Amino acid sequence: MDTRNFTFMFYGFLAAWIIVLGYVVSIAMRESRLRKELDRVRQMIEGREK
Amino acid sequence: MREKLIYLFSAIAAVLLAWDLYRVFMVLPDEANQGAIYRIIYFHVPAAMTSLLGFFVAMVCSALYLITRNLRFDSVAAAVTEVGVVFAAVNLVTGSIWGRIIWGIWWTWDARLTSMLVCWLLYAGYLMLRRAIDEPTQRARLSAVLSIFAFVDVIIVWKSIEWWRTQHPGPVLSIRNGGGMAPGMESPLWWNVLAMALVATSLVLLRMRQEGIRREIDALRRYAHAL
Repeated sequence: MDTRNFTFMFYGFLAAWIIVLGYVVSIAMRESRLRKELDRVRQMIEGREK
Repeated sequence: MREKLIYLFSAIAAVLLAWDLYRVFMVLPDEANQGAIYRIIYFHVPAAMTSLLGFFVAMVCSALYLITRNLRFDSVAAAVTEVGVVFAAVNLVTGSIWGRIIWGIWWTWDARLTSMLVCWLLYAGYLMLRRAIDEPTQRARLSAVLSIFAFVDVIIVWKSIEWWRTQHPGPVLSIRNGGGMAPGMESPLWWNVLAMALVATSLVLLRMRQEGIRREIDALRRYAHAL
């Protein structure tokens, strides 16, 4: 029981960190995608203005 | 300024979390009845408080958007809701793991668990609604209304352990007259609440920066169509 108790405590902390870190990674990826999209739209406008 | 705040909050949160993890694992003894597993409370409860506080801020910002029609309030509401959904997921998952040991089951349709799951689903629905609408003002208006209605469930989540005595334990913390934790065991929990709130604030600031980029893209697209 004690080993299982400790193991599940570890799973709990691990799950919490995985969820938060997974979200941080998803934010970083989204930021990079948004910046690329912004550059693309800016280039498109520059092309139309010329 | 925003970048400096993100770094500052993240650094304070990292120090607090490291100090708290040391206290939780190295200083505090096992709980008499539950053994080591009770330590999940130091993530489970702060995650719940962070998410519910986030949903409250989202509700206020949504109301302010409907009053002022300023899209910045919509951006804050969207950012805070998304981060709140992440911390609500942490709360649900850690609670399920804790329940597996203490109750012998992963899940039960108890009042607190069910209302929290409904809360998570409502705010996940809010995020899906935002993705489904392209026009910014319509997206902001409809999501603000949903956020205000969804907040009713946050109140139900908070009060459920007083209104219905089902499987989930009743109030434990001293602020709710619970008195179920020794003072030495309760203080690390409050420090963890502060640490998680700071982590959440940093994430919200990051998401708000992205919402700013998104607004700029929308504006440039409208300009491009007009050319």
